[in-house]
Amino acid sequence: MPVALVALPILLGLLTLFIRGEAKRRLRRFFLVVGAVFHFGGVISLHLRSTENLLQGFIQIDALGLLFLTIISLLFFLVAIYSLGYFQHEREKYTEEGVSHLYVPCMLFFLAAMTLATLASQVGVLWIAIEGTTIASAPLIYYHRHHQALEAAWKYLLMCSVGIAIALLGIFFVIASGKGSVTDLSFSTFIANAASLDHRWLRIGFILILVGFGTKMGLAPLHNWLPDAHSEAPSQVSALLSGALLNCAFLGILRFYQVLMAAGLSDFAQKLLVCFGLISLFVAAVFITGQRDYKRMLAYSSVEHMGIMALGVGWGVQFGTLLHVINHSLTKGLLFLTAGQILIAYRTKNAFEVRGLLKTVPESGWLFLIGGLAIAGSPPFSPFISEFLILRGGLNQGYWLSSFFYLLFLGIIFVSMSRIVLRMVQGERQQLSFRHESSSRLIFFPPILLALLVLVFGLYLPAPMISFLQAAAHLIGGGL
Amino acid sequence: MEWLLIGIIFSTFFILGSGRITSCIRAAAMQGALLSLLPMVVRGSLVDPHSLGLFVGTFLIKAILIPFMLFRSMREASIREEIEPTVSLHLSLLAGGLVVVIAFSGVFSRLPGANTPLIVPAALSMVLLGFLLLVSRKKAVTQVIGFLVLENGVFLFGMTLVKEFPITVEMGVLLDLLVGVFVMGIMIYHINRTFDHIDTTLLTSLKDS
Repeated sequence: MPVALVALPILLGLLTLFIRGEAKRRLRRFFLVVGAVFHFGGVISLHLRSTENLLQGFIQIDALGLLFLTIISLLFFLVAIYSLGYFQHEREKYTEEGVSHLYVPCMLFFLAAMTLATLASQVGVLWIAIEGTTIASAPLIYYHRHHQALEAAWKYLLMCSVGIAIALLGIFFVIASGKGSVTDLSFSTFIANAASLDHRWLRIGFILILVGFGTKMGLAPLHNWLPDAHSEAPSQVSALLSGALLNCAFLGILRFYQVLMAAGLSDFAQKLLVCFGLISLFVAAVFITGQRDYKRMLAYSSVEHMGIMALGVGWGVQFGTLLHVINHSLTKGLLFLTAGQILIAYRTKNAFEVRGLLKTVPESGWLFLIGGLAIAGSPPFSPFISEFLILRGGLNQGYWLSSFFYLLFLGIIFVSMSRIVLRMVQGERQQLSFRHESSSRLIFFPPILLALLVLVFGLYLPAPMISFLQAAAHLIGGGL
Repeated sequence: MEWLLIGIIFSTFFILGSGRITSCIRAAAMQGALLSLLPMVVRGSLVDPHSLGLFVGTFLIKAILIPFMLFRSMREASIREEIEPTVSLHLSLLAGGLVVVIAFSGVFSRLPGANTPLIVPAALSMVLLGFLLLVSRKKAVTQVIGFLVLENGVFLFGMTLVKEFPITVEMGVLLDLLVGVFVMGIMIYHINRTFDHIDTTLLTSLKDS
């Protein structure tokens, strides 16, 4: 069953690769939704079946991987539905030629690679999967085929490929630290044999892995590709990049963190993570302040939240961090999907040219307001809860100085982001120069669902979800 | 074994100092071929299926398919032959020499696990030379070659330090590289069509004001 979650999208992707031409675009989109529905169903059945760990061949299922997989699957499902509506608008603007028929196959390959990344039990397979996500998503960023999109895709492909090559080097160092004692190279064997690992090699290996996967995760100062790729990709692809892809790289780091923790080097790893986290928060605060492009603002907000996650693990607040992973993905998915609606209505990415959103396109206006307030960290939305949990954990552990900077940067980001978002939603109704009455319901349903989830999780966390998160947090060394 | 390593580093210097893109691609192909011989030499056996499979896979992908794809994207994009480095070729050769001296200075050769003392510094200098190529070249094709040199350096580490990789995983890694270069080749074609050149220094319209 878990193998099917990887194999099915690949098969459907290969199938749609041969369905070419303008006339058959509906058929391709149909296969995209079929793939998404089956994947989501499969993931839910994994939840229902059992909670024990499963290990077969290169595939393992544990609470940590399953958590990330569920986020990916839910987001992909919503994005597939959104795509159906989004492309009804696109049709007026773009004719399908060149690489555009690759949209559906690449989306499906992207889904397969991300799934494999969450299920990989072996260091090499994890690396292959994460490199696979880069290759599958680069053509998606180039979807609109103008030169900025090309620039963003080239930068993304080259930077992430180099970064991931560095991560491979790190993986070799980690393997070499076993001095031949770890024969099957699975994470569970590494953790079991952790006492016999050579610390010097393990340290170098983790630094290289953190730099390599950190590039992909968007940790500053390795984040340069991220704002370009997120702002130039179609909005639903940006939602996936931010809500699912960055998480995969984070999971890659967490897997090796597990190994280091078992080897008794968690202090060393945590110090590094806190450093990267604070630098990311600083960079995000600087670039969100005075940002003109609302999609770039959202991209820098991803840098911020990746920083918060790195910081959370660094402080040892594992439960709060994993909760934050969920909250960030839901909220950022909501925001990027809504940004896509705004882009359709206003045809500009400049935040200064978008005024009166609440009166012009009320649905998008409310969604953007909710999402903007939630991601900036205001109650009662769910990101506030997890950011607060992380802060409380940090203070309890006595990290006074870094907690001070955490609060300072979050405060700056809160003010700057609310200013941009509020300016966009307020104001008089604007006359849009073209019709947008044809807005399909399909592009409103997914963000509305996400907004509801963000609100509900902010007020109430279901007990099964808490125990599941605790099980996952336990794997990376956290109590509550 | 030592001769292979010296040949690999020599081919990198050839890329670093060469003024024509076609000779760079040929040198990269040569490097791939030398690299594919290495696992057999390291393992000391020519017949065991694992080494043989690795040799065939590496040779096919690094010495034949990837150079072929680079040549093809050059032809299709009708790219001019000369290299336009951001720093002069003499200077980059000098910097390359410095990098190799640092890598061989003995700090890293003491790390355990290597079969010969040369292997770790050789791999390290390859990675650093790859970085040097990446930052000192303007054209998209030559940046891809820089990436390949870096990746070859990582491979050098892997092939010699790590013997536990299953053959399926190794093939997966190679396949990822192949598809990655394939996508890069397609993008080079599009960059050329959109901008009428493949000079990446002009890919700078995206930035924060």
